[in-house]
Order: sequence, then C-alpha cells, then structure tokens
Amino acid sequence: MPEKSYEARLAEFEARINRGEKIEPGDWMPDEYRKNLIRMISQHAHSEIVGQLPEGKWIPHAPGFRRKLTLIAKVQDEAGHGQLLYRAAETLGKSREEMMDELLTGKAKYSNVFNYPTPTWADVGIIGWLVDTAAVINQTMLAQSSYGPYARAMKRICYEESFHIKQGYDSVVALAKGTPEQRALIQDAIHRWWYPTLMMSGPPDALSVHSQLALRWKIKTKSNEQVRQEFVDHIVPQIRALGFDVPDPDCVYDERTGHYRYTQPDWEELRRVVNGDGPCNAERLAARRKAHEEGRWVREALAVKYQKQREVAAA
Amino acid sequence: MSLTIPSHIPLEHFKRFVLSMADDELVLGHRDSEWTGHAPILEEDIAFSNIAQDEIGHALVWYTMYMELGGPSPDEMGFLREWKDFRCCHFVTYPRGDFAYTVVRQYLFDVAEQVRLQGLLSSSVDALRSVAEKLLREESYHLLHSQGLVERLGDATPESHERMQRAVTEAFPQALGIFEELEGESFLVEAGAFVGNAALRSDWLKEVVPVLHKASLQAPVQLEAENVKVLVSPHEGGRRGQHLEYLKQLVDDMQQVYRLAPQSQW
Repeated sequence: MPEKSYEARLAEFEARINRGEKIEPGDWMPDEYRKNLIRMISQHAHSEIVGQLPEGKWIPHAPGFRRKLTLIAKVQDEAGHGQLLYRAAETLGKSREEMMDELLTGKAKYSNVFNYPTPTWADVGIIGWLVDTAAVINQTMLAQSSYGPYARAMKRICYEESFHIKQGYDSVVALAKGTPEQRALIQDAIHRWWYPTLMMSGPPDALSVHSQLALRWKIKTKSNEQVRQEFVDHIVPQIRALGFDVPDPDCVYDERTGHYRYTQPDWEELRRVVNGDGPCNAERLAARRKAHEEGRWVREALAVKYQKQREVAAA
Repeated sequence: MSLTIPSHIPLEHFKRFVLSMADDELVLGHRDSEWTGHAPILEEDIAFSNIAQDEIGHALVWYTMYMELGGPSPDEMGFLREWKDFRCCHFVTYPRGDFAYTVVRQYLFDVAEQVRLQGLLSSSVDALRSVAEKLLREESYHLLHSQGLVERLGDATPESHERMQRAVTEAFPQALGIFEELEGESFLVEAGAFVGNAALRSDWLKEVVPVLHKASLQAPVQLEAENVKVLVSPHEGGRRGQHLEYLKQLVDDMQQVYRLAPQSQW
C-alpha cells in the first residue's frame, strides 16, 4: 500500500480534531502542531516554576500559622504543576533537562506576570486572587485542548488552582476588614498588578503570531481577547464589591455589549518583559540558576546511584 | 484551661516539655520551607515543602495543647513571642546549609522524633499518647524519605560522599543537643509522662549510628561492646533559652508581618 501523502494525513488529523477527538502522544501530528504544543506547554511549565519565586519570598514572613501553612502548600502546588506539565511536554519528545536548559539560558519564555516585584505581603493575596483567576480562565479553556495529555494536566491543575484563588481571596478579605494600613496595602497591590494581569492572556490576536494555528488546531479554543474579556467581566465587580478600585477610569460596564470596557495595556511593555527586560527577569533567572547549579551534585549522585542499583538488580 | 493532667505532675514542667517539642517543630519546619522553590530537583522541592507543612502542623498541635494547658494562642506563641523565650534546641536553628546538611539534619531529627513519639505511646498522660499516635503516622514517611536520601547520597559519588560526611561531622554534635535535659524533667520521668532525654538519646544512637555507617558515613563515636561512646560534646543551651543569633534572625523574619498589626487579623 502506498504511503499516505502529507495532505491526506493532515486532512485526517484535522477531521479528528473537528470531531472533538483528542490527539494522543503516538498519533500522527503535523510538525507545526508538535512545535506549537512544546512551546506552549514548556512555557507554561516554566511559568509554574518561576512563579514559585515571587510568592515564595513571603513564606518566611507569612503572618500566622494558617497563612504560613497555606502559602507553603500553594507554592508547593506550583512545583507539582510544573512537574505535571514537563511530563506532558515530554510526551512530545523533549526532555525536562532540555527544557530546563532553555529556561536557564533565557531561550525559553514564561509568563510576563512573574517578572514583577512583590514588595508587600498583600501581593501574596493579590496574586492568588487576580493572577490565579486570570490563569484559571485561560486554563479552563486549555482543558478543552485537542492534545490529550495537555488537556488532562490542565483539568487537574484547574482543580487545584481554584483553591489558590480561594486562598488569595480569603487573604485579601482579611486585610480588607483590617486596619486602614492593611486596606491601603491591598489597594496599592491592585494598582500595581492590574495591567500585568491583563497582559497575561497575551497580545491582541491581530498581534499574536502563534494564535491562528493554535486556534485552528484547537490547541486553544478561545482567542486572547475573549479570555481577557472574561477575566475583566469576572473580576471587576468583585474588586468593587470589596470597596477597591481598578486603575482605569474607563473601566465601565457597557449595557450595549454586556461587557466591561477597559483600557488596553501597554503591549510594548509586554514585549519587553517577555523578552527579558522586565523589573525582575534577571533576579528570577538568577535564583533558578543558583538552585540548579547548587543542586547539580544531588542530581548526579541520584543518577549514579540509580544506575548502580539497576546493575545490581540485573546481575 | 481545657486540658488537665494528673495532679502529681507539676504543670510548669509539663508545659516546658510540650513547648520544647512545639518550638523544635516550628523552627525546623521554617528551615525546611526555605527550600520551597529552590531545591535541587522538583521532586525534592515538593517533598521538602510537604515536610515543612507537616512539621509546622505538628508544632500547631503542640502549641494547641500548650494553650489548653492555660497558655497563649498558637499564633501568639509563634508570631509575638520574644526569641529568647523559645525553647527549641540549637540544632534546628542553624541555617539550612547545602542540601547535604539539610538531608542529614532532617534524618537525625526524624529519628529523634520517632524515638520520642514512640516513647510517648506508653506515657501516663492520655493527651500525650493520643498526639503521639497521630503524629507518628506522618513522621514515619519523613523518616523513609530522609533515610532513603542518606543511604543514596552517602556513597554515590566522591562529591556526594564528601558533602554528606562533612554534614554528619557538623550536624552530629548539634543533634545531640536535642536531648539536653529539661529543667524539672525528673518529675516527668518519675510520673511516667515520658522516658527522659537520656534514654531517648541512647535509643537514638542505636538507630542512627548503624544507618550512617552503612551509608559509608562516620559518626564521631566509638563502639564498645553494647555501648556507643560519643566522642564530641553536644551543642546545648537552647532548652534554657540561651540561643544563637540564628534564631533571632529567623524569629524576626517570621514575625515581621504579623507584628505590623498584632491586634488585627491577617
């Protein structure tokens, strides 16, 4: 039987996707699909790992047993999500080590939002509430992804992330009910995080180089603009209900469209931050490199021991 | 006071014993959490974050008992108390060091906790018995993990061996400080509340020395027939509140936010 042509395979692949079937690791897929997925999933994994740092900074200072325990648990979850996502990406033929190298050399990207500083305790609550809400909206969409391992990882991650939002919101409410100084910490943090959070869902689709293919092959099922609008519609009433405001006088509910209007973030800033020139990029990568270098002997020792044990077992 | 202990046990001494366990757990848990986001591999990042939560959770159990004996709330104990009023041993207060030191400290502590909790299973005080039962279940996982790492890192590569041996040499005399005698301890031993630190230390030595040895790591001891003779002096003082600056720094860090508005909620 003659080999099927690329066109025939592609047509079959797209038909499967359009029928709502999941693509699995051994299945045929276009190179572009594989590359796009590896890029997205590894960026996502890196975001979890780097994302441990801004909040992790506050673990030693978390006020009270409850906050201390939940914050460690939360940051631990991020490591777990990273692990899960690296494994999903590995099913596409790239090793964790390779991906890690790309992160540490600055070749790979990760979410813009983790390159901003966390100068106060309130940032922990705001990240859990705002940033994780934006993340969950995006990830709920990705749980419908056409690639099976990614969709399944997302499903589990979304489940845990919903606790992160509760954790963040609970921490914000405690401060909102507290002293004027505590309330001021929250307001200040909302102002600082508003635009970086809006940027998380990516540039407008017209500017996004990757969006078109990702949508066509249902790697993602909603456009960046749709995801961002969903976030704004969801979070603005919550922020105002607690008596805080967003730093955007044009953010009003539009009766006609049924959505909140909002001012577009500075897309040039997003480009700079994602490409390495944000307020904390150097600090974040330096922390990851330090951990990686200082842990090298452990990884080597464990690998050697594993090999020795296998040899003993085989003998 | 919602918890009562048998009247022949002096309350102050009993509370001191509970506090020493609570402070050990909180401070070590805090040190373990310093690896969250910074461990050599993701799996250990997750493991040490987990252990940190367990240790801090156990501290909470002991502080709750302390409160039920008429003490302040757990948050006040952890986040408002002066550092000099902590009663942890020096051992748990040292900086986290490299991963070898962390692993060795965790292992030596886990065994100490194991023998301490096992001893409490036959305590004359009901409350101690039931807490020990509960905590032992989690502690056995810690021990599996830390002992597994000691066994694998002890002789895997020349570098891992050298680092682990250095850690053992450093940590061993510090760890002996866990068993520093508490003021009034003899009353508790007499009343059967617990077996006493001298007995725990001897059980601990019997357990850790062979495991270290099997991992090609030398403890500073001499084996004499049935006995293990320790060749170094223990780092003591913590149980009497004579602490090192490390604890002051740690407590400052831990209380920094809470103290901004101690009467408020966080």
